Amino acid sequence: MRYLPLTTDDRSAMLATIGAASIDDLFADVPVDARLDGPIADLPLHASELAVERHMAALSRQNRAAGDGPFFLGAGAYRHHVPASVDHLIQRGEFLTAYTPYQPEIAQGTLQMLFEFQSQVARLLGTDVANASMYDGSTACWEAIVMARRITKRGKALLSTGLHPHYRSVARTMAKYTGDVLVDGDPSLDAGTDWGALAAAIDKETSCVVVQYPDILGRIDDMTALAAACQAAGALLIAVVTEPVALGLIKAPGEMGADIVVGEGQSLGVGLQFGGPYVGLFACKTKYVRQMPGRLCGETVDANGKRGFVLTLSTREQHIRREKATSNICTNSGLCALAFSIHMTLLGEAGLRQLAAINHGRAKMAATELAKIPGVSVLNNSYFNEFTLLLPTEARPVIHKLAERDILGGVSLGRLYPANANLANGLVVAVTETVTEADISAFAAALKEVLA
Amino acid sequence: MTALNRAGWRPEMTAAGGADDNTTFTGNRALMLEEALIFEIGSTATTGVDFDETAPTADLGALARTAPIGLPGLSEAETVRHYTRLSRQNYAIDLGLFPLGSCTMKHNPRLNEKVARMPGFADAHPLQPQETVQGAYAVIHELAEWLITLTGMHSVAMSPKAGAHGELCGILCIKAALEARGEDRRVILVPESAHGTNPATAAFAGFTVEDIPATEAGRVNLEALKARLGPDVAGVMITNPNTCGLFERDMKAISDAVHAAGGYVYCDGANFNAIVGRVRPGDLGVDAMHINLHKTFSTPHGGGGPGSGPVVLSEALAPFAPLPFVTKQGDAFRLIEEENAGEDHPQTFGRMTAFHGQMGMFTRALTYILSHGADGLKRVAEDAVLNANYVLRSLEGVLDAPFAASGPCMHEALFSDKGLAEGFSTLDIAKGLIDEGYHPMTVYFPLVVHGAMLVEPTETESKAALDQFIGALRSIAMRARNGDPALKTAPHFAPRARLDETAAARKPVLAWNEPAAAPGTPSLSEIGGS
Repeated sequence: MRYLPLTTDDRSAMLATIGAASIDDLFADVPVDARLDGPIADLPLHASELAVERHMAALSRQNRAAGDGPFFLGAGAYRHHVPASVDHLIQRGEFLTAYTPYQPEIAQGTLQMLFEFQSQVARLLGTDVANASMYDGSTACWEAIVMARRITKRGKALLSTGLHPHYRSVARTMAKYTGDVLVDGDPSLDAGTDWGALAAAIDKETSCVVVQYPDILGRIDDMTALAAACQAAGALLIAVVTEPVALGLIKAPGEMGADIVVGEGQSLGVGLQFGGPYVGLFACKTKYVRQMPGRLCGETVDANGKRGFVLTLSTREQHIRREKATSNICTNSGLCALAFSIHMTLLGEAGLRQLAAINHGRAKMAATELAKIPGVSVLNNSYFNEFTLLLPTEARPVIHKLAERDILGGVSLGRLYPANANLANGLVVAVTETVTEADISAFAAALKEVLA
Repeated sequence: MTALNRAGWRPEMTAAGGADDNTTFTGNRALMLEEALIFEIGSTATTGVDFDETAPTADLGALARTAPIGLPGLSEAETVRHYTRLSRQNYAIDLGLFPLGSCTMKHNPRLNEKVARMPGFADAHPLQPQETVQGAYAVIHELAEWLITLTGMHSVAMSPKAGAHGELCGILCIKAALEARGEDRRVILVPESAHGTNPATAAFAGFTVEDIPATEAGRVNLEALKARLGPDVAGVMITNPNTCGLFERDMKAISDAVHAAGGYVYCDGANFNAIVGRVRPGDLGVDAMHINLHKTFSTPHGGGGPGSGPVVLSEALAPFAPLPFVTKQGDAFRLIEEENAGEDHPQTFGRMTAFHGQMGMFTRALTYILSHGADGLKRVAEDAVLNANYVLRSLEGVLDAPFAASGPCMHEALFSDKGLAEGFSTLDIAKGLIDEGYHPMTVYFPLVVHGAMLVEPTETESKAALDQFIGALRSIAMRARNGDPALKTAPHFAPRARLDETAAARKPVLAWNEPAAAPGTPSLSEIGGS
């Protein structure tokens, strides 16, 4: 067993030191009827690296990888090119196999990286400060709602109908048990957002308004007026960003007055990974920092006056505050935050702006081509790299027929909103820099054929 | 890097901090290399990524982002060097023994990493049509079957993103089960020795938390627990083996008593490594237990995550498990999510996260499990427990071991600060270990022991590695008993001396702000502003 260094002689010598006759003696506190003597029956025994790799490779081959052909899925997870150096660097053992940096003298690598990550995220989202990451965007979104309740001492959250339905589901699940009131609903197939209606709905009980930008249908809108309406009513504006690359091209929510900005950072560095692990972004105005959930890294000096970094403001956290903590969160998504940060460093502002512009240009090209198909139209007036197509028929069967033609043609609104027949003809299409002109032509030709 | 760090580690600063004959111009010490921040060495005009095309001009009107963002870029060469240099300031399990109690820092096999990067796993979208991702569902299902069998439980919820998220999942299952019974029980009982996440989770879900008293021997006081049970108690959260490193001998009796009083038993599975393959929590009456895949099943800790916390459930709680999950029908796998939950899983408490959980951790954990097999996993627990007892018995003469008399420990050995010289503490021992080339053990946890030191060597350490560690810790313990003043200022050989955490919290600096530049110095935005 290649991961276990003890030899039989070692075990005997160690048992002698301990004064135990056998390994079983060490398990003496386990009641006899709960002890298993041999290996658990009906399970395979240990296997060589070759055998395990063969088994797992066979399972991997049963999936159609995104890169195997034309690919247009988004809806909260985006396929971008990740430079090779990102994956190389996150596999450095000193990053990969380190623990949470609770001993800062020997964890400055992780801590400085987290400080840089926090600074990058705050600038990207247009806010003052960001934390050292959350599990993912959906859990970050719920934590923001709870944080708004703590700050405003009010318990009603207005969720835009453009919020990702999974994010909304997570909030609904949690609100059932915390007593928070959520006002939410499915989107309607309009070119514009529901933000005007949200501003009108704010009342004295409202803790926050939650909008997604770009939203689940790909729409983008100016949130300045909504931010002002929130501020006037003593409510907070929470903006959710599931495609951070967009912020290389369009204004950051913080610039438009959002109080808390959360997001899914998967687009940069992390990859699709069938949904996880991802990296939740969490940022806010400085005045709210002591109500933030999750880990924070801060700058300080050591005993010799040298600059260094530590985890800080931990009196908010569960290991100190226990049941009075701001959240039960313990883990962040450190390695994914590292991947995000390295990718962002490689891009820099100039590269990010160019990448975003290429995404937008490619999406416009695709929207133009697809809208030429008889019966097909584009819902959006405005979008970044993702838009909603309206088909003359239900989108779900179309997706499967496209898959038969080896084209992964987007996410149907039927998959996202199975109970809402009004949305059944909607298809959300994402187009990133990884999509080629040939991919777009192939998609358009196949869709025309399927709809004919 | 050629840029000088403007904010620290200049030679004159070192000299100011105390006479040091070994001052260098760069602040470097041969292979110990200082590294500035990307904000000090990068420029917003630099990019390490080439693009094949120039994008058309966008027409976004007022939504266009025109103001500078302030994100520095580096060339690829500089990027690789920056992060490589940073990495060398970290301790890691790849470098040496990492005896962090309750955290299970074991070797992370590299086959796991290779498998997780196979394109069918790493480059698949969670919302792809189901017929195109049968292999991914197969991985989730196969891992789920292993976890169910290893724990002797009824089913498993795979989607929780980390241990604390798994705790929340289990607690919400309990809450949903009570609601289904029409009972409003508000109290969760938690021992004082519990991880902080336990009370935080129960409170987050709206429960009131009360302490369970412990015995002098470091275990749950069964009689006191029984006396507190009643119609207001929703359940208990117990860690087994507990955080004192002891197996809760009365676990089955505790479960029976809680069940008889109408409550549920949550087991914190952080310490499952001690019993995997040898004891099944299902046989002890547990209703829910999270499994930290990053502990027992070797997925990397990554400097603080990502984790993964599947929750095994009893038959009583299984109907309330969250969406989504994978089922097998014939040869095909099917994802149960919102649209089909109505018929197949009507009592679910809902969704805890977008998509399906930590797939990248599932592939790694399954790879690890298949490598060990049922026989290897049993050996994992045995060697982990053997190594911990070896450490305990080798050090009990020099460090106070409060529960050593109550029998063997499980996979971690607990010591206290009793017997150290006046003015010397657990922290000094921890920092002394750093100079000996080790990451410290868990300190000041569990709270029930004064100046606690919790040592978990794990099964992936050789006897030689343990012997060296024991020698080092013994030497430091003797120095602390004898009052060696040099220990008070340790570490002396780490990239940084003790850091001022009070100053960090009093006036938090959480993001880079450009310092007021010396006259004539171009600012970052001037160097490369857009």
